[in-house]
Parts: sequence; structure tokens; C-alpha cells
Amino acid sequence: MPLTLKLRHQPEVPLEADCICPDRMRSLSLDDVKRLAVFHGNREQQLADFFDCSGEVDGDIRVEGDLTRVKHVGATMSHGSIHVDGHIGLHTGAAMSGGEIVIEGDAGDWLGPEMLGGKITVKGNAGHMVGSGYRGSTVGMQGGEILVHGNVKNETGHCMRRGLIAVGGNAGDFTGVNMLAGTIIICGEMGIRNGAGMKRGSIISFKQTAMLPTFSLGCQYRPVFLKQYLNHLLDAGFDIDSKILDGEFQRWCGDSVELNRGEILLYAGK
Amino acid sequence: MKIKSTEVIDTFAEAFKMFGTRFIITAETKQWAMAAAQSVTGFATSVIGCKCEAGIEAEIPAHDSPDGRPGVSVLFFTMDADSIQNRLIERIGQCVMTCPSTACYSGLHEGNVITVGGQLRYFGDGFQISKMLKDQRLWRIPVMDGEFVVDDRFHVQEAVGGGNLLILGKNQKATLRAATAATKAMRELPDIILPFPNGVVRSGSKVGSRYKSLIASTNDAYCPTLRSVSKQTALDDDINCVLEIVIDGLSLAAVEEAMRVGLHAAAKPGIKQLSAGNYGGGLGQYQIRLLPLLEAEG
Repeated sequence: MPLTLKLRHQPEVPLEADCICPDRMRSLSLDDVKRLAVFHGNREQQLADFFDCSGEVDGDIRVEGDLTRVKHVGATMSHGSIHVDGHIGLHTGAAMSGGEIVIEGDAGDWLGPEMLGGKITVKGNAGHMVGSGYRGSTVGMQGGEILVHGNVKNETGHCMRRGLIAVGGNAGDFTGVNMLAGTIIICGEMGIRNGAGMKRGSIISFKQTAMLPTFSLGCQYRPVFLKQYLNHLLDAGFDIDSKILDGEFQRWCGDSVELNRGEILLYAGK
Repeated sequence: MKIKSTEVIDTFAEAFKMFGTRFIITAETKQWAMAAAQSVTGFATSVIGCKCEAGIEAEIPAHDSPDGRPGVSVLFFTMDADSIQNRLIERIGQCVMTCPSTACYSGLHEGNVITVGGQLRYFGDGFQISKMLKDQRLWRIPVMDGEFVVDDRFHVQEAVGGGNLLILGKNQKATLRAATAATKAMRELPDIILPFPNGVVRSGSKVGSRYKSLIASTNDAYCPTLRSVSKQTALDDDINCVLEIVIDGLSLAAVEEAMRVGLHAAAKPGIKQLSAGNYGGGLGQYQIRLLPLLEAEG
């Protein structure tokens, strides 16, 4: 039985629990795990003050309850897995480099910021700044995968350099803003000003959207590489219409205020 | 031992350690994938003159191919691990990238890594795009019909080349019929190719020549026109045609299985003997004896 952490009661203010991470718990006993430090506001407390802890410490963690106010779960994790049965708060998987986080509910803002590797799956929705760089940072996500089956808000993949972000629903504004490279796939609609300031990288959407004037239409074609990505998403449980798989996409090049080597591919029909 | 009325000679095929790779060509239609595959495996019958041996392994249905389009898998073999990268860069660059709608992917997932797409990408003149999906790096090279997509890296593994069968027949018609039946049966098997035209070679060679510049020359022991003049003829009086099937495979077991299947399929009326070519056992790393192949099946 994996280590199970059951939230006993909602914290009154956000709880910073970066100790909920296989790396931090490696070679600890269950009693040691219970004593790991969490910050309730600015007050240091123990993990067991908020969670019932049971099971074996074997690299796999199961978290139960509504963790909307719990932050930094899985931050810097490099191996193992975290399975969240409900919702999760801010900064989940920040700078993680390996392993897998699965969230059955929704995720807060700053999901997987500056992520280096590994995989995050959100069955519900996610907030702003998915896979982004922190303010002042020049590089966001640098590897791995973030798969959100629901919707996301603004600035998804801000400063992203490598990796894959896929969204089954809609995205807010500024998707891929200042993107350096990597791939963002939005199965639904995107907001406005997508790809603003992008240097390289690919933003793909199955719905048409208003383009910035600094993007130019290259052509309409069938991108062969995209089939591999879409098959990968189908395997991950995304609902993708077969007509998309064989469909044509408009290729918009930009952002011309930067290198102009980025692309936005918009589904144009079969 | 006999299969029906055909005698199987107690001898062995002398096979060699080679290095092999598999890659998969996909295209919008099966016809375009096959066109690229035929082109890329052209002039690749023997390492003696072509620097590599290659052939089409199988057609791949769209639902099994890497990008959901119809494909063809191709095997390539060379004598050393280093040169296979150059052969692939040359041939994929000239024969696959040039073929409309194609893409090219590694068909092996283990073995030594060679960089192919990572070299071909320079054709993109700076407009090429790298895509990383899990551990797989793809290159998108802009071409006039869209993009040529190619894997950054391919894999090379130890392989076996030079497995062979000799079909000794009463006349050319019967021997061709037997060779055709054998190659058809062998092509159904995975992990092997038959690199010669339609899988069959008539100009079997021996090592050396009376001409110093040649490393190989006609195998006069099996030339029916030389039966009365060659001191080392291996042909009985009623044998007037010999055809050879050469097999390269990704494993010794695959080559052996192909030879076994080939022996059975080639045992047709008009075929006097089935044999195999060797150099006395002093050159190749593998000796594949014919009789044990048949005995092993019980």
C-alpha cells in the first residue's frame, strides 16, 4: 500500500507542503514523514498536523481530500508518483524533473512552472501560468509533459523552452507568450494574443482564433509530425475527432517582432 | 536427406557478422511509401560493390505505422558499424527525402545510436524545426510539398549476412520456378531481407580471381557451362542451372528460419539438389548447416 495522506481539515490560509514529494521522503520512516515541516501561513508545523498518514514510504504517494489551499506539492520531484484524488493548489510540480503527478480534480495557478521533466496529468481544469516561467525568469518549462483534460487560463507556456503542454478544453489569453520552443496543443478555443513575442516553438489549436498582426499566414497543409502528437494524446485519453487527425492546418509564422521562427497551426478542416 | 525428390546436400552456408538497422518509410499512400523504399534499397545487393545490402522487409498497415499512414519497413546491412550511418544519410537523403509525402522513422529501439535526421536537417538551411516527443527527437525539414519528417537517431545492432541457399535444377525454367516459390515463402518472415533482384542471384562468386584487382570472381564450380572445363565443378551431369538466394537478417535465428522455409519451398519438380555456398568455413563467423535445420523441425 503506497503512502496515503488524507487531509484532515482545510487550512485557514495556504499551506506550503513541498515535503509532499518522493524525493523528500526517500528513506524516511512513516514517523519521520509525519514530522516533516509544512508552513501554515508563516508558521512552521508538521505534516501530521494536517494529514492522516498511513502506508509504506515507497516512492508512490496518494493524497486525498480537497487540497485547493495546499501549495508546492511535488515541487522539485525527480522520481516516483503522486496521485491526488481531489483538487490541488498552486505551484504543483514546480521545477519537477521526473516522475508523475496525476490530479483527478482541478489544479490551481502555476501548474508545473519551470518544469524540467516528468509528467503532470490533470483530469479537471488548471489555472493561469501552466508550465510557465516565474516572473523575472527568462525560461519556463524545459521538458516533460503537462496534460490538462479540461480548460486552462492565461499565459499557458509562458517562456516555455521544451516539452509538451496539451489542453483538452479551452485556453485563456496569451497562450505561448514569449515562447522559446516546445509544443502547446489546445484542443478547444484560445483567447487573444496567442504566441505574442514567441521566438520558436509550436502552438496548435483545433479552433480558429484571431491572430496578431505580427504573424503571417504561410500555407495550409497536413503536418505529418502532428499525427504522432495526436496519437500520443489519444493514448493519454484525450478526445480527438478523427477528422482532426487527417485534417489540414493553417500555418502562421511569427512572432515577427522576435525571430519569426515560431508557428501557430490552426485546424482548417478536412 | 531428401525433401520429396530433391536431395539436400550435407553442407553449410557460411554467414558473416554484419551490422543492421531497420527503418520505416511512411507516405500518404502505400504506393509512394513503396516507391521510396524501392529507391532507397536500389543498388544494394552486395557489400562487395554497393557498400551495403538492403531490402524491403514488409509493408506496414497504417494503424501500425508511427504516424498512422501506410508504411514500408526496410533493412540495411553493412560490414562495419561506422559506415552504416553514412549509407543511411546518403540514401535517405537522396531517395526518401526526395519522394513526395514521405517520412522516415527508426524501426529499432535498441542498439548503437547513429545520427541520421540530425545530419539531414542541415538541408533545411536553418528553417528546420526540432520536435521532441518523450525521448524521440524528430526533425521537420521544409520541402516543396510541406515537410520531410525524420527521426534524429536510428539504432544499429549486430546482424547476420550471407545466409544462402543454392538451388540446382535440371533447367532454367524449373529452377526459376523453385527460386520464385522459395523467395515468396521467405519474404513472409520478419527480420530478414533477400537483397538481390527479386531475391535471387545467378552470379554467385568465389573469393579471389586470376586478375589481381578483383577480390571476387565467378563461382566456376557452379557454372554449368564450365562443368567440363572447371577442375572444381560441383555439378552433376543433369544439372544445367543454379540459382542462389542470399539472406541477411537481424539475428542468426531469423536467417536460419528463412533458410529452413526456403529449403521446403524450393523442393519442386526439376530441382535435383539444394545446397549452400561456403568458403571452407574459414571466413565467416557462422556455419549454418542444412541438415540440422530440417532435422530440428522433427
